Amino acid sequence: MTTFLILAVLVLVAIAIWQMTKIFELSQIKAVNSQIANDADNKYNGYLLFVFLIFIYGITIFSFAKYGKMLLPVAASEHGGEYDQLMVVSFAIIFFVQTITQALLHYFGYKYRGEEGKKALFYADNDKLEFIWTIIPVIVLAGLILWGLYTWTNIMDINDEDDPIVVELYAQQFNWTARYAGADNVLGDANVRMIDIDKANILGVDESDNYANDDIIVKELHLPVGRKVNFKMRSQDVLHSAYMPHFRAQMNCVPGMITQFSFTPTITTADMRNKPEIIEKVKRTNAIRAEKAAAGVENSDPWEFDYILLCNKICGKSHYNMQMKIIVEEEEDYNKWLAEQQTFAQSMASVQ
Amino acid sequence: MSATVQAHIEDHADDHGHQHKQTFVTKYIFSQDHKMIAKQYLITGVLFMGFIGIAMSLLFRMQLAWPGESFSVFEALLGKWAPGGVMDADIYLALVTIHGTIMVFFVLTAGLSGTFSNLLIPLQIGARDMASGFLNMVSYWLFFISCVVMLSSLFIEAGPAAAGWTIYPPLSALPMAQPGSGLGMTLWLVAMAIFIASSLLGSLNYIVTVINLRTKGMSMTRLPLTIWAFFVTAIIGVVSFPVLLSAALLLIMDRSFGTSFFLSDIFIQGEVLHYQGGSPVLYEHLFWFLGHPEVYIVLLPALGITSEVMSTNARKPIFGYRAMIASIIAIAFLSTIVWGHHMFISGMNPFLGSVFTFTTLLIAIPSAVKAFNYITTLWKGNLQLNPAMLFSIGLVSTFITGGLTGIILGDSTLDINVHDTYFVVAHFHLVMGISALYGVFAGVYHWFPKMFEGKMMNKNLGYVHFWITAICAYGVFFPMHFVGMAGVPRRYYENTAFPMFDELTDVQVLMTVFALVAGLAQLVFLGNFIYSMFYGKIGPKNPWKSNTLEWTTPQEHIHGNWPGAIPQVHRWAYDYSKTGENGEYVIPGQDFIPQDVPLQEHEEEENH
Repeated sequence: MTTFLILAVLVLVAIAIWQMTKIFELSQIKAVNSQIANDADNKYNGYLLFVFLIFIYGITIFSFAKYGKMLLPVAASEHGGEYDQLMVVSFAIIFFVQTITQALLHYFGYKYRGEEGKKALFYADNDKLEFIWTIIPVIVLAGLILWGLYTWTNIMDINDEDDPIVVELYAQQFNWTARYAGADNVLGDANVRMIDIDKANILGVDESDNYANDDIIVKELHLPVGRKVNFKMRSQDVLHSAYMPHFRAQMNCVPGMITQFSFTPTITTADMRNKPEIIEKVKRTNAIRAEKAAAGVENSDPWEFDYILLCNKICGKSHYNMQMKIIVEEEEDYNKWLAEQQTFAQSMASVQ
Repeated sequence: MSATVQAHIEDHADDHGHQHKQTFVTKYIFSQDHKMIAKQYLITGVLFMGFIGIAMSLLFRMQLAWPGESFSVFEALLGKWAPGGVMDADIYLALVTIHGTIMVFFVLTAGLSGTFSNLLIPLQIGARDMASGFLNMVSYWLFFISCVVMLSSLFIEAGPAAAGWTIYPPLSALPMAQPGSGLGMTLWLVAMAIFIASSLLGSLNYIVTVINLRTKGMSMTRLPLTIWAFFVTAIIGVVSFPVLLSAALLLIMDRSFGTSFFLSDIFIQGEVLHYQGGSPVLYEHLFWFLGHPEVYIVLLPALGITSEVMSTNARKPIFGYRAMIASIIAIAFLSTIVWGHHMFISGMNPFLGSVFTFTTLLIAIPSAVKAFNYITTLWKGNLQLNPAMLFSIGLVSTFITGGLTGIILGDSTLDINVHDTYFVVAHFHLVMGISALYGVFAGVYHWFPKMFEGKMMNKNLGYVHFWITAICAYGVFFPMHFVGMAGVPRRYYENTAFPMFDELTDVQVLMTVFALVAGLAQLVFLGNFIYSMFYGKIGPKNPWKSNTLEWTTPQEHIHGNWPGAIPQVHRWAYDYSKTGENGEYVIPGQDFIPQDVPLQEHEEEENH
């Protein structure tokens, strides 16, 4: 309903502008009927440029007020904090520059709107000004580059310090599988050429590799809070991208190579669900879902917050529904869960 | 070189005094005249292909706002791909793919450069025509064939290419990965190969013409900034398009001849494929080696048009002429060494990512200089707010808004979480899509009288077109940043599989409504264009009181452009509102001095 209202309003506005210009055109019958802007055109469009400036500020404020709360919640990983901080500072700079330059641009458009007989200032260049607005971006960008690269190097430095858990994320059209390295914390070799559908060896894990025996293959990702996780990504068919937005983590999965990413989760799923912003979000979302359920739409059960792994590289028809749930829990719960899972050796044995 | 060619041309000046006998075919179809070829590019590239590209975007925007809803327009246009009026997921991806391809390559590369480089290079540098009229004709007709092949892929059984406009393998290489990767992808690759040939012929022609055929007195530092922009754009095109051709050829080999350039270790639909040792990352490098410069191939001509239109309508010289040239060259150079910022998380070495972050953020500097120079050009001007001028101001506005978020995306760290989300879509649509389209519109409104023998477009319809478009462009793409920062990935057929995105449906609806209205506003432009083409009022010979040479030609089109000798150039193109020591205009009562007017007594040439 609101949609049609908006639509109707916009159409009416368009018609109003059209009619106004028409009236304006008719009232000017005496003037030469020329398609070149005259003083009146300059005046009205000058004012409109000023109104447009207010519109730009308005849509900015509106978007922040209305959509600001829909953004991703606080980062749930160790490096995510640094990421968010750099993001906030970059945004502060962007908004500062945006506010000033748009103001100047549109204000000048309004202030210096043409009038018959007015003289423009012949002002061809000024080296000092050019120098100033070259050097200021240089300094600001140098700061951002250094900070960004420092953070990037830290995030991308994937090493075995701090006893990380090794987990493989395996992508295929259109689902995810995770493989834990098990007790020895080393993943067994794997290759698509060893996939054996009959034995349900869907990841192509090498049965003759001893490291593989204790590997644990699951469809739901559990991570202990506060423990570093080194992810190894593989894909069996096309490009996919393992995107874990709550952890500020993403890496493409490329057939033919193993890519990696590493982070330390810092907030358990349970704690996250108790955060006021998440409680609010769940409330808003469930109100929408209840409405849908009432209207008989499928798949509109109430929602409970969960971390999620999405595919973020176009991969085919069901790209939009390629996901895996991530659960961050206390280490003891994690260990308990892990112990309940079948190892690769067990599942191979059960087939024979 | 230029002087000898000049002499040669003057010898032949008389030849051009009379009109060659022309048949309908040589005048309107296989024309070798740059003005006609420019119009052919405008109508095929911008109007026709642009209409299709924008219409496609409206279709998939409707799907995004009202997922799974049935629309009779879907059923009518998509037929079997919209059973019961509900859009199919495969055709959604196909629409996104073909929309991107058409807009980036066909509208904003061929349409923009093809129209305005062809029209303006000979007219503004004082040449009778392009260096090779024949190659120019071939270039257009190759482009036309390429359009036909691309559009024909819409009508085949399995549907057109659907792997995204970047067509990353293996998705694009394996017909079993999605229906669009069969014949549709083959046609896409063939169309692009022809397109690249067309683009190269055109670019080489532009380069040679600018270097060799400038009229007497037209030194490089007196060239209008439009020509500088077209010239540098053509150079980037020649440097980078061949790399895309090689990527396309290798992909064709992988698809049809069993090679493994981009493919390795693939298990799909129950069987292992033989490919071994290739890498999709190699394809990404090759694609983006063109793909990033492509952004500037799209944007620079629009900025060049803006420089010219803005200076003329501000009645002021463009501020910092030399700085503008320097930044065009700097942007062109840097644009060839930043492609890796599309690949920070592609699996390439993170150290390489650091290098690309560095070069990418550097490119913000010349861009900032350009923006500041535009703003200063407006300062203390006498702004004639013609539709072309409004679109130029609008371009600077969206260029700043869209460009600033590039600071986020160009930073490898920050890219991690917004990569491939709607944040990216919002960024590039504002900075290159909308900005470049504004450049096209500015150019069409400004040079329409030059293209159609003095006829002018209706300014009031132009104002309606501008204001609705300007508001809707922000209405679509500003809220889109928020969708991206909420983590919504692009190229999702619907977001209903993730309850965390439920509340964002409202934003999608808002954006779609703005997009639909913006689409309607373009019909105002189209109507205005077609009406004015036939019934437009003839305006003065130099309607915008501009300095550049194209306004010294007669309104009716003649082969060779000038009836007599080519005018000589005595000054740069930006002597607007220049005053003498007494504070009066150099030419009394006239606030502009065309380039072919010799220096007046006591007048000093600007050391710009």
